[in-house]
Amino acid sequence: MTLAGLNATTAVPAPRTVDPRRKTAGSPSRFAAGLFAGYGLVALSWLAPLVLVAAWEALSRAGWVSAQVLPAPSKVLATAIKLTVSGSLLADLGTSLIRAATGFVLGGLVGLTLGTLVGFSRLAEAAIDRSVQMIRAIPFLALLPLVIVWFGVGEGEKIFLVALGVTFPIYVNTTLGIRQIDAKLLELGRVQGLGSGVLIRRIILPGALPSILTGVRYALATAWLALVVAETIGAESGLGFLAMDAREFLRTDVIVLTIVIYALIGVAADSLARLLERRLLAWHPRYDGAGQGRTGR
Amino acid sequence: MTARPAVVVSGLVRAYGARPVITGLDLRIARGEFVALLGESGCGKTTLLRALAGLDPIQGGHIDAPRRPAVVFQEPRLLPWENLWRNVGLGLDGSAVRERAAAALDEVGLGDRLEDWPRQLSGGQAQRVALARALVQEPELLLLDEPFAALDALTRIRMHSLVAALVARHRPGVLLVTHDVEEAIALADRILVMRDGAIAFDHDTRRVGDGGVRGRTRPTRAALLAELGVAAETV
Ligand SMILES: Nc1ncnc2c1ncn2[C@@H]1O[C@H](COP(=O)(O)OP(=O)(O)OP(=O)(O)O)[C@@H](O)[C@H]1O
Ligand SMILES: [Mg+2]
Repeated sequence: MTLAGLNATTAVPAPRTVDPRRKTAGSPSRFAAGLFAGYGLVALSWLAPLVLVAAWEALSRAGWVSAQVLPAPSKVLATAIKLTVSGSLLADLGTSLIRAATGFVLGGLVGLTLGTLVGFSRLAEAAIDRSVQMIRAIPFLALLPLVIVWFGVGEGEKIFLVALGVTFPIYVNTTLGIRQIDAKLLELGRVQGLGSGVLIRRIILPGALPSILTGVRYALATAWLALVVAETIGAESGLGFLAMDAREFLRTDVIVLTIVIYALIGVAADSLARLLERRLLAWHPRYDGAGQGRTGR
Repeated sequence: MTARPAVVVSGLVRAYGARPVITGLDLRIARGEFVALLGESGCGKTTLLRALAGLDPIQGGHIDAPRRPAVVFQEPRLLPWENLWRNVGLGLDGSAVRERAAAALDEVGLGDRLEDWPRQLSGGQAQRVALARALVQEPELLLLDEPFAALDALTRIRMHSLVAALVARHRPGVLLVTHDVEEAIALADRILVMRDGAIAFDHDTRRVGDGGVRGRTRPTRAALLAELGVAAETV
């Protein structure tokens, strides 16, 4: 697959005298070639972005791209070091992370509680679900002006917005997870005489966990998005403030730096969620061995 | 036969909606007695077993069963997120859960797989774990609903001797629902056939033989098949 894939990207197909498929499937040389091609592609996949960054650097240095438009990567790096040493970058980063974490925990608790209630009880579903679904239909960022009227531009507004963005993915996936629990296992719980505490801890929560963790991964993404927006609209501290403050002074190097940091934290949060999935779902066939994560809902 | 009963059922009525499935069924199983229940598909065997297990409400009659009979279903129903010893210990309280679960797993020949996940087991092994989970409760009544139906013939024969040995050691009253006439003949002290919502045939294999000879009397395969509505010649 790999060599053919490489060839396909070159304009002139290499003449073939030997069909590679005719080689013995298990031959060591073919295995090694496949392995090499595999590593080669991985290397290429990392090399390509590096080349892009190098090209960007070269264009900036040559003066083809104005530093006002896009500063050189080296300049961004230097700014990062300078701001880290002065301590202001870490302080702003800390502020942003605390906002995200607080909003995430609050929204997560609300989503988990409502989701559990609705997952279990027809009554709670009748009472809660339609209202929640109606609020969910609103793109939560559209509520921003209203939220600012309620809370003003401050911590409350940012945390509320993050919490709002987190609540729905957790709610939906918790409800789904609890509904999907195998009724036969619940019946087994009755046969074994489990009390409701043990039933929840050993059958219901673990059964719903894969779905809940999927919700957590979605929630991480929305939490981050909510924070970026809230901080960009107005803040006296945090990464978004750093970016907007830099805009006043046309410091594109600082702006690019905050963008890169936002991206890095997004990646880190996702990896953390994947790690959590692999740890908690070791029993799950899908996380067997190499542990490719799941995609989609 | 004079042993304390494991379960006594009298005049049991069970209906799904307006459709009665069990209509006045009487049954008594002594502790240590192994009873096999045969009957055509859909005659109500699972319905009876679920009623005995206290899983479904009943519409009439009386069931005097221990507070917590152990049940083995047709599928093993292991919790995929718990390892084997935790699965076996599900519902055990008190101390030394791991030791008791380990001993039970040892009895079914899986003593070296305590920490394995259920998905690492074959069908027969998983069903053995389910058996261990049932027996570790030391039940007075063990209800088995076609527990070997999904297994291949060889594994099934091995399971027969395992179950016979375990039951002989723990002495619960056993109700085994099965479609397999040979299985019933091989394992049971008593063989019942269910028809029209009640027990239509009850053969005790431990009756004293005709010539006063003590020993097990087996109903013939043909006789049982006839009870089940299958003409012997056609088999
Ligand atoms: N949950 C249910 N709701 C309505 N009817 C049911 C339900 N479960 C079983 N029945 C009906 O009750 C009758 C007895 O079913 P049951 O499952 O007890 O049969 P069975 O003897 O165990 O059959 P099999 O040997 O095929 O397992 C059947 O006619 C079936 O259609
Ligand atoms: Mg059945």
